[in-house]
Amino acid sequence: MTAAPTSSLVAPQQALPQGKPGTKGIQLDESAVVRLKVLLAERNTPLAGLRIAVKGGGCSGLAYHMEWTEQPKERDKIFERDGVRVFVDPKSYLYLMGTELVYVEELLASGFRLRNPNEKASCGCGDSFTV
Amino acid sequence: MKGFLQIHDPLKPKGSAVGIDLGTTNSLVAAVIQGKPACLSVDEGESKLLPSVVHYQPDGGVAVGQRAVAQLATHPTDTVKSVKRFMGKSLGDAETKKLGSYAFVEGSGVVRFKVAGGNPVTPIEVSGEILRALKRKAEAHFAGKVEQAVITVPAYFDDAQRQATKDAGRLAGLDVLRLLNEPTAAALAYGLDKGAQGLYAVYDLGGGTFDVSILELTDGVFQVKAVGGDSALGGDDFDRAIVERLLTQRGIGAPSSAQIAELLQLARAAKEGLTVATEATIHFEGQPFTVRREEFEQWIAPLLQKTGVAVRRALKDAQVTAADIKGVVLVGGSTRVPAVRRFVEQSFGKPPLADIDPDQVVALGAAVQADLLTNKDRQDEVLLLDVIPLSLGLETMGGIAEKVIPRNSSIPIAQGQLFTTFQDGQTAMDIHVVQGERELVADCRSLARFRLAGIPPMAAGMGRVEVRFAVDADGILSVSAKELTTGVVSSVTVKPTHGLTDEEIEQMLLDSIDHGEEDMARRLLAEQQVEAQRMLLDGHKQLQQNGDLLSNEERGVFVTKLEALEALARTTKDHHLLKQAIVAMDDIAKPFVERIMNRAIATAAVGHRVEDF
Repeated sequence: MTAAPTSSLVAPQQALPQGKPGTKGIQLDESAVVRLKVLLAERNTPLAGLRIAVKGGGCSGLAYHMEWTEQPKERDKIFERDGVRVFVDPKSYLYLMGTELVYVEELLASGFRLRNPNEKASCGCGDSFTV
Repeated sequence: MKGFLQIHDPLKPKGSAVGIDLGTTNSLVAAVIQGKPACLSVDEGESKLLPSVVHYQPDGGVAVGQRAVAQLATHPTDTVKSVKRFMGKSLGDAETKKLGSYAFVEGSGVVRFKVAGGNPVTPIEVSGEILRALKRKAEAHFAGKVEQAVITVPAYFDDAQRQATKDAGRLAGLDVLRLLNEPTAAALAYGLDKGAQGLYAVYDLGGGTFDVSILELTDGVFQVKAVGGDSALGGDDFDRAIVERLLTQRGIGAPSSAQIAELLQLARAAKEGLTVATEATIHFEGQPFTVRREEFEQWIAPLLQKTGVAVRRALKDAQVTAADIKGVVLVGGSTRVPAVRRFVEQSFGKPPLADIDPDQVVALGAAVQADLLTNKDRQDEVLLLDVIPLSLGLETMGGIAEKVIPRNSSIPIAQGQLFTTFQDGQTAMDIHVVQGERELVADCRSLARFRLAGIPPMAAGMGRVEVRFAVDADGILSVSAKELTTGVVSSVTVKPTHGLTDEEIEQMLLDSIDHGEEDMARRLLAEQQVEAQRMLLDGHKQLQQNGDLLSNEERGVFVTKLEALEALARTTKDHHLLKQAIVAMDDIAKPFVERIMNRAIATAAVGHRVEDF
């Protein structure tokens, strides 16, 4: 005999999955590649890479974290475009599959953004999200 | 406007992370410096101990530590000590008013002290001042910012007390990385987490409190199995024992408070002297009073016996014996007394771990944890420790995985869900705990199984079982099932990530995406199969009990339709089709159900007059 949820009273129906997230891997938009090259040159470390990670915390549950990394770690996943490398640790990759890194130039400000298809909600601060 | 992401540069120095022991009597701050944890000097005379005392001055200034202690005698209501005892408490709590002679703001809700120099202050604000003082000292030490801290709390602190501690940290401008149980911190300081799995005890005898904790180490994570102690027993009682003997010998029946204060200080010095020497002499009002170590040990023996009672109770609560304990850690300055060490050794049958300064051991352990949580080299290991990587749930009828805690929930978290019995007279429920994103149990990872027995026989759907999933800050999952009419409970504890590599987690997630649609169809089918089964069970039962209400012809149709439904439920893969058949069956059964209802009402109505209704 097994636990049975009452059909009407209690066990809430699971929401249907929101379709398949698109592609796997991490995409680097050309805008990001151009900007990263500039920053790497300014930093005098043309061979360094950008680490993108996901951490617990932030107002929506998870938060993005980006930092410069000189060398990838053993189990990192490495994505490259035009010689610019991005490193993602395997745990963070679970939350980042299909994400695109873009550099946005707006009227008053410009900066990096991650377009993550896994994201269900994000918050105003920009580095916190829910999947 | 949504903000942009910053790129951090690890080559630029970042603030250090510290461990803080926010104690009842003293507080300490420690940090890992060049790979080793060390306590920082925080008070006058390079002392590592900051008395947890805060003095509020009329001009709005605040003094913490020794400078505040100096004001205790003259400004008792403006000087708050032992504020930890007030954390998360309200004025209504019976204990609260007995502590100290403060001027409280009357009214319900949180405790507020009326102090000099401005508005009343809450215990959170007072603790915030202590934390701010520690933060400042640490920043002076590092000549840089200190913004992250692990703060220790007693294992028995409840949610309100823990939240209050976190709030105090935030008030002091600290990002509280984690609250760590004090006994766990002590165990971490000794590196026990890297040692053998098993049970450990922490014997913590401070100035005014005694705590004993039984910890279990599994997969490098400590879990508190039982706690015990006495909130009014500590080293101060040892001092009092000496003072009492001296007063008796001198024939001082009613000592002044100044005499007592002086004597307590002298007695404390004598006690500390007896740790190394076999006798100590107190010079009080011009005359010597000599205490031999054996005498002193006799005087405190009853106090040690009291701690023994708490130790035995904690062992009993943890359902273990002293022989099961792999190691005992000493915490608290009073464990320096040789008689205490001997007593602990006798109680547990093994010499305690005592190499680390027992005043500092908790803070040092907190520093180790803070380092672990922030150190770049080790960050991979802990990066996502605070969220659940895969959903946790249980098996329901039809092999469906019902998720109770969804993936990505941040921990600690607790979720309950209500389930009902499926069959008439069902007296047990098998709880199968599973992990994963797939819709069917067959595709999930099985974590544990246990049975809730002792459900009284009831009609299907009447037995109600509350299943509760709780994941603590260390990622340990406890599942308990409770039948609500009888209160019978059964439970299990597991570590969901045990033996699971990142690659496996990734594969499980990818599978759930790849098989999403197919899984959903299978789940919907399984749900309809369960529904069909429920209908078949009920249909056959009613045929047996109320079959006489149907004509032979009706009965023939009913039975044929039931059999057809049974066959369809067994063979079809199309949940739409099965659902249609179920709805059709429901229509066929309707007249039958009506007659059964009428009969039931008629039976119930026998012996009643119409007016009764």
